[in-house]
Amino acid sequence: MTPEAKHLEVILDTHVESVNLAEEMCLRVAEAVGFSEDECYRIGMSVREGVINAFHYGNQEKPDKKIHLAVDLTQEKMVIHVMDEGKGFRLADVPDPLAEENLLSTSGRGIFLMKAFMDEFNVVSGRTGGAEVIMSKKIPALRNDSSNGNHGKSNSDTTPKQEA
Amino acid sequence: MAALFLTRRETGTVTILDLSGRISLGEGSALLRKTIRDLLENGQTKILLNLGDVNYIDSSGIGELVSGFTAVRGRDGELKLLNLTKKVNDLLQLTKLFTVFDVYTDEATAVRSYQ
Repeated sequence: MTPEAKHLEVILDTHVESVNLAEEMCLRVAEAVGFSEDECYRIGMSVREGVINAFHYGNQEKPDKKIHLAVDLTQEKMVIHVMDEGKGFRLADVPDPLAEENLLSTSGRGIFLMKAFMDEFNVVSGRTGGAEVIMSKKIPALRNDSSNGNHGKSNSDTTPKQEA
Repeated sequence: MAALFLTRRETGTVTILDLSGRISLGEGSALLRKTIRDLLENGQTKILLNLGDVNYIDSSGIGELVSGFTAVRGRDGELKLLNLTKKVNDLLQLTKLFTVFDVYTDEATAVRSYQ
């Protein structure tokens, strides 16, 4: 992707393969922006969990529904949106997977992992009426050094530029 | 995305599954599920999962490990884990599943623990 690109959006089928596609797409963006290998792993995992959530819980695995994935790059952070066409849900209603009674549950850890791996995480009602997961991670150069003007790194050519 | 590869061997009464690749939504999770179910149907209830070459597990993969654990326990057997990579180790710590699974770093010790 070019340094000027600030917004990517794709509409994915409700299909298992869409989980891999979404992860790969976001990993490429994250690598281009300069995230470390470990941060890319966390971003990739979070995207994966967001799309699994949309595929399974939101769209109920119905092939006529779509998964909307968008990536926004600001100067400060990489923001990822995953929106389904389901009925939506409230974060407060999601059981805590760390509670003793849920430890042996075979599902319900996706939201927890996204929260743990990203800097910011929220779920809102999307324009489709379904759930929209919004999560972000700070761009590494800014996080490491925001005081010296050049961010102390030589990767400024991969840092997204602000639109005029 | 690398798939999950799985080979099986026996040490005494313990079945060791050597896994490599990813345990994630789709074929990886399905293969692990089917293998454990087949072992249980054949009466093999001492199962050791060698995860030394598993470099990635997502929430579906975690769910499959838990599902296997409870299925084996339901047959009065034991499913244990061997050789976790750092990523898998961190994930089990984060999800508190380290408190659920018996985890070993040495195969001989792991095998002896079933006696």
